[in-house]
Amino acid sequence: MEEKKNIRFLSGNEACGEGAIVAGCRFFGGYPISPSSEIAEFMSKRLPLAGGKFIQMEDEISSIAAVLGASLAGVKSMTATSGPGFSLMQENIGFGAMAEIPAVIVDVMRGGPSTGNPTGPSQSDVMAIRWGSHGDYPAIALCPESVNEVFLLTIEAFNIAEFLRTPVVLAMDEITAHMREKVEILGEEDVKIIKRKKPEKHPYLPYEYGEDLIPPLPGYGEGFRFHVTGLNHDKTGFPTNKSELMEEGNRRIMDKVEVNKEKIIKHEEFFTDDCEILVVAFGSSARAAKRAVRTAREKGIKAGLFRPLTLYPLSEKALRSIARKAKKVIVPEMNLGQYILIVERVIGQGIPIVGINQVDGEPITPSRILSKIEE
Amino acid sequence: MAVDYFKYLRKEKMPHIWCAGCGHGMIVKSIIRAIDKLGWKNNEIALVSGIGCSSRTPGYLDFHTLHTTHGRALAFATGIKLARPNLKVIVVGGDGDMMAIGGNHFIHACRRNIDIKLVVYNNNIYGMTGGQASPTTLTDAKATTAPYGFLEEPFDVCNMAIASGASFVGRALDLDVPLMDRVILESFKHKGFSVVDAWSQCPTYFGRFNRWGNPSEMMEKYKQITYNIRQKDQLSEEEKKGKYPVGILHQIERPEFCEKYEKLIENLKTKEEAE
Ligand SMILES: Cc1ncc(C[n+]2csc(CCOP(=O)(O)OP(=O)(O)O)c2C)c(N)n1
Ligand code: SF4
Ligand SMILES: [Mg+2]
Repeated sequence: MEEKKNIRFLSGNEACGEGAIVAGCRFFGGYPISPSSEIAEFMSKRLPLAGGKFIQMEDEISSIAAVLGASLAGVKSMTATSGPGFSLMQENIGFGAMAEIPAVIVDVMRGGPSTGNPTGPSQSDVMAIRWGSHGDYPAIALCPESVNEVFLLTIEAFNIAEFLRTPVVLAMDEITAHMREKVEILGEEDVKIIKRKKPEKHPYLPYEYGEDLIPPLPGYGEGFRFHVTGLNHDKTGFPTNKSELMEEGNRRIMDKVEVNKEKIIKHEEFFTDDCEILVVAFGSSARAAKRAVRTAREKGIKAGLFRPLTLYPLSEKALRSIARKAKKVIVPEMNLGQYILIVERVIGQGIPIVGINQVDGEPITPSRILSKIEE
Repeated sequence: MAVDYFKYLRKEKMPHIWCAGCGHGMIVKSIIRAIDKLGWKNNEIALVSGIGCSSRTPGYLDFHTLHTTHGRALAFATGIKLARPNLKVIVVGGDGDMMAIGGNHFIHACRRNIDIKLVVYNNNIYGMTGGQASPTTLTDAKATTAPYGFLEEPFDVCNMAIASGASFVGRALDLDVPLMDRVILESFKHKGFSVVDAWSQCPTYFGRFNRWGNPSEMMEKYKQITYNIRQKDQLSEEEKKGKYPVGILHQIERPEFCEKYEKLIENLKTKEEAE
């Protein structure tokens, strides 16, 4: 007999919470902010039922700090916020990258800058996600387009954070966060769950790595004592100002993502086989783009969509090879032209790359994308 | 029995970065003696700090150690303690770390009464960055950012802790080793959030700028602006004016945050089983 599927009707924020629980998240620290607050509310209810801990911190600086602390104690941890809170988190996101601490940060994007448009959809944190903290550090970000995908990508975000030992951002827009849709809730046994690599023997050096460039990480209290700092450090974890070791450390935290990229990058191709007009879009804008592409096809226009699920790192090779056949590239995004900078860098010059940009708190409509396709 | 300091120190990390005559090392020794007396194992201690001269302490001690960002130690420590309540969590930091940039985390940790032991190395100055004024710089004292004397009023770390709900609050001077030992030891024994305002001298900046003399003369100066809390009733208001009490200033029993959370999890479990 076929087992009954667990189908639920949820908002994106709730699906994110469900995904986190399945992924094994047992710590949440956060501070309320629209349009992300339902994630904190969900976790405050569900975590103690699952034997985990929820704490409402005094601000977002302490939220991400508590999350990194809990993760060092060996527990999968998450926080959720929106623009203003995401800005406050930046220093400690850099700390997480430098000290190599797994964590998941959900950023439900609102209009900005500043308080902006707290309840309207936006995709204007795309560059803040990439470059928000000072210094060179790897940014990893996943972007779902549907509620079901929020569930799956939340699990994926934990898997990547644990695998690469680094903070990962799940970037949603307000539409995906608040829209209600059908979600299939999978159990732990039905999804792939990755746990961080742990050391097997003493002496343990917290930043000693092998071919994959990812050092193992035990939890505080598990018998391996080690030092963690945001200063440049060597393999022992203690500060160093030796230039060759600083260079090595700074490069390795970037290189470990590059080396393992193929294992984490994800994208969707929609009518791209023969496409002449290529739309590159993510999140809700990608859903509008799908509709526009389908209508264009009905009219005989060879349009297609490339949708990155990992905004960072991007499936560059795939995008480049699709773009090679295209005559025009369109990048619709709810901001004034952020991800288009990445697309331009990857595709290079030769064909026109045009943006559709909207910052009025309304979603980009399929018809707006369609008219650009038809232009 | 004599304390074997090297059981707790990372020998290979010596010499430390602190200047000759700095009070920070004396506080570290008091912390070690308290841990030794309580029989805590290196493996069950997490020591967390922010950024500053004081916050370099974790690098020298052989525990699970975390040197975080400036001011944020208590927030990181809150995550560690809640995630793994069986760890003994100690936080150290400077007056800048705890009273300025980390002030918000300080008052909320006090309010939550989470079982974290905080020791503030208070030298009334920003040592690490070169002697700028801090929230505990005494009025009229000089600093690199207060060349004409500090116009503001300082925070009293202990009053701040008591007002914010800390369940253990004490103060001691590094000069008075037995008192420092007692206050830190009692704070470590206490269940709940504890704050020790541990006075330390910074001869390199505070002492030099304010012509307070050498480290031992500085200690004497600090002594003159304190009185023992046990003499509270013997001294007149006039005699206590402008002076800081030292000793255990406040201790109450209050439900501890992690225990409350564990109880919540238990209760939810029994409720679920009953249903
Ligand atoms: C966000 C941030 N702002 C400023 C600094 C620079 N900074 C480093 S230590 C410090 C003050 C240290 O003073 P205190 O906490 O009193 O410690 P002490 O050195 O006196 O022991 C400052 C301002 C920093 N590291 N991070
Ligand atoms: S600068 Fe001051 S606080 Fe820092 S080590 Fe020297 S004496 Fe101590
Ligand atoms: Mg200081």
